Amino acid sequence: MTTALSQHKVESILYLNGVNKSFDGFKAINNLALDIAPGELRAIIGPNGAGKSTMMDIITGKTKPDSGEVRFKDYIDLTKHDEADIANLGIGRKFQKPTVIESLTIWQNLDLALAGGRGIWQAMFATLSGEQKARIEQVLDMIGLYEKRAELAVNLSHGQKQWLEIGMLFIQEPEVLLVDEPAGGMTDVETMETARLLKDISQNHSVIVVEHDMEFVRALESKVTVLHEGSVIAEGSLDQVSAQERVIEVYLGR
Amino acid sequence: MFKHSVLFQLIQNDKAGRWLLALLVVMGVVVPFCNMVIPEGSFLHIPTYVVTLLGKYLCFALLALALDLVWGYCGILSLGHGAFFALGGYAMGMYLMRQIGDRGMYGNPDLPDFMVFLNWDSLPWYWLGFDNFGFAMLMVMLVPGLLAFLFGWLAFRSRVTGVYLSIITQALTYALMQAFFLNDFGFGGNNGLTDFKDILGFDIQADGTRVSLFIATVLVLIGAYVLCRFITVSKFGRVLVAIRDSESRARFLGYRVEHYKLLVWVLSAVLAGIAGALFVPQVGIINPGQLHPINSIEIVIWVALGGRGTLYGAIVGAVVVNYAKTYFTGAFPEIWLFLLGGLFVLSTTVLPKGLVGLVADIKQRRLEKRMTGTGTEEAKA
Repeated sequence: MTTALSQHKVESILYLNGVNKSFDGFKAINNLALDIAPGELRAIIGPNGAGKSTMMDIITGKTKPDSGEVRFKDYIDLTKHDEADIANLGIGRKFQKPTVIESLTIWQNLDLALAGGRGIWQAMFATLSGEQKARIEQVLDMIGLYEKRAELAVNLSHGQKQWLEIGMLFIQEPEVLLVDEPAGGMTDVETMETARLLKDISQNHSVIVVEHDMEFVRALESKVTVLHEGSVIAEGSLDQVSAQERVIEVYLGR
Repeated sequence: MFKHSVLFQLIQNDKAGRWLLALLVVMGVVVPFCNMVIPEGSFLHIPTYVVTLLGKYLCFALLALALDLVWGYCGILSLGHGAFFALGGYAMGMYLMRQIGDRGMYGNPDLPDFMVFLNWDSLPWYWLGFDNFGFAMLMVMLVPGLLAFLFGWLAFRSRVTGVYLSIITQALTYALMQAFFLNDFGFGGNNGLTDFKDILGFDIQADGTRVSLFIATVLVLIGAYVLCRFITVSKFGRVLVAIRDSESRARFLGYRVEHYKLLVWVLSAVLAGIAGALFVPQVGIINPGQLHPINSIEIVIWVALGGRGTLYGAIVGAVVVNYAKTYFTGAFPEIWLFLLGGLFVLSTTVLPKGLVGLVADIKQRRLEKRMTGTGTEEAKA
C-alpha cells in the first residue's frame, strides 16, 4: 500500500467535486466537494438525512451520481466502476448496520475478506498458506475475537459484529476504509476501544468515519467535515466546527 | 494414502453424507443382486418394477440435489428447475426415438411416428445428430446448461433477485411447456416422446437394462453428491453462502456476485438435465406435463421437507416425499394434493430445517441432557 502511494505521488486519495444526486426530486447530495489526503483520518458528521450514506454509496459504486467528479488516487474515475471493482481497487466499506456473514464462523468471515484472488476458479481450489493463516490470527487478536474464532458470527454481540466487520475491512487491505457509524450500539468502553482501533488503522491507511457520537469523534482527534442537506457546511477541527454558528443551527435545529 | 485423498477430506466432516454414500453403494449392489440372482417367489426377491421405481426416486433425488445447490447455498429459489430436468429428458428421449428406426407404427426408417403423422417429409435440423448416443448425451448437458447460462446471465447481471427471480423461473418453465405442447414445435406435442424400444442396442424393457439403468443412476448420484460437496466446502461455497446471507457484503468484499451465481446456476441446471436423462428411459416417456409449474414447486417441497443447505437433506426429502406420493396416490388418490400442500405448510412452520434438521435437533437435545446430567454430578463431587 505504501509503495502504491509513493509510486504516483498521489495528492488526493479521494476527491469529490460538484457531485449531485437526486432521488425522485429529493436532492440527497447537492454540489458536494470533499478532498481526502493519503493517510488521512477524517470524521464526517451531520444530522440524519444529511447525505452521509448516499455519499458512501457514491464512492463505493452502489449509486451512480447524476453529475460531478469522483476520483480515487487522482486518476481513477470511480463513477465508471461497480462495487466489486471498487472494492478490488482498494476501497473498503463497513455498513451502518453491522453486516457479517452470520452462518459462517468468525474465521471464515475473515478468510473471505482476506486480500487475494476473487475469481470463481481461484475460490474453487483455494487453500490458505501459513502466512495467510498467521495474518487471520493477527487480525483476530487485533479485534479481540481470537477465542471465538470457531463460533458462528450469528452468536456475536452487536459490538463484536462491528469489530468483526472492521477486521474484515482491515484484512481486505484497502487503501481507504469507509466506516459507517462504527460505534452504533456500543457501550462507552467499546466505543473508546473502537476509536483507538481506528486510530491504529489510520497509521497506514486513509480512513473516513461517519459518526453521530460526538465523544467518539472527539476521541478520533481528526479533521471533521460537517454535512447538511447534501453539502459541506464546515470543515476543521471539532472545536473549530462546533464553534460555527451554522453548525450549531443545524445541530440544535434552531 | 487414502487419508490424503480429496474424497476422504470431503467426507471427513460429513457424517450424514458418509451414511448416505454408504447406503447408496449398498443399494447399488444389493438391489440388483436381489433382482437378478435371488429367484422370483423368494421372500428376498425384488421385482423389476420396484428396481425401476427406486431408480426413479433416485433421479428425483439428483434433481433435488441440484436445486439445493442453488437454493440452499446461494439463496436462489428456482421455481422452474423442472424445465432443466425436462430438457435433459427430451434430449435423451430424442435419442431413444431415433433408436426405434423402422419399428414404429408407420415403419418409416427416417422419421419418428409423430412426424409421419404430421405429414413431415424430412427430419428437422434440430433432430440431426441424435442418432448418436455421445452427441445426445452432450445435448443432455448442453441444452439445459445453455438455457441456464442465457437466463442467468440476463437475470443476475440485472440483479434480479428474490421473489422476482422465482417468478421468472416459473414463467420460464410455463412458457416452455406451452411451446412443447405445440405439434409444430417438433417434439411430439401433447403425447411427447414414447414407445422407446432400446438404448445402446439393449432392449429397454429387459430386466438387465433396467437394472443397469438403476446402477447408472446410483453411480451418477454418488458422483453428483461428491461434486456438490466439493463445491460447498470450498471457498467458492463459502462465497455462495455469503451471497445468500448478504449479497451486498459479498460485492463490497470484491466478489463478482453475478459470476458466482451464474456458475452454480448453470451447474445446477446441468445436473437437473442429467437427472431428466436418467429418468426418461426408466419411466419410458417424456411429455410436456413434466414442464408443468406444479412439478417445479414439488421439487422445492422435497428440498424444504428434507432440509435445505445440507445436500443429503435434499436427497432424503426427494425419496421420502416420492415414496409417500407413490403410496398415497395408490391408496387414497384424492387426498394426495392436500397432503402435499400440508407437507409444505408443515415444513415451513414446524420444520424450518427439514427432516434432517429435526433429527439433528433431537440429537443435540439428548447431548445437552447428558451434558447437564454429568455437569451436576461433577458439581456434587
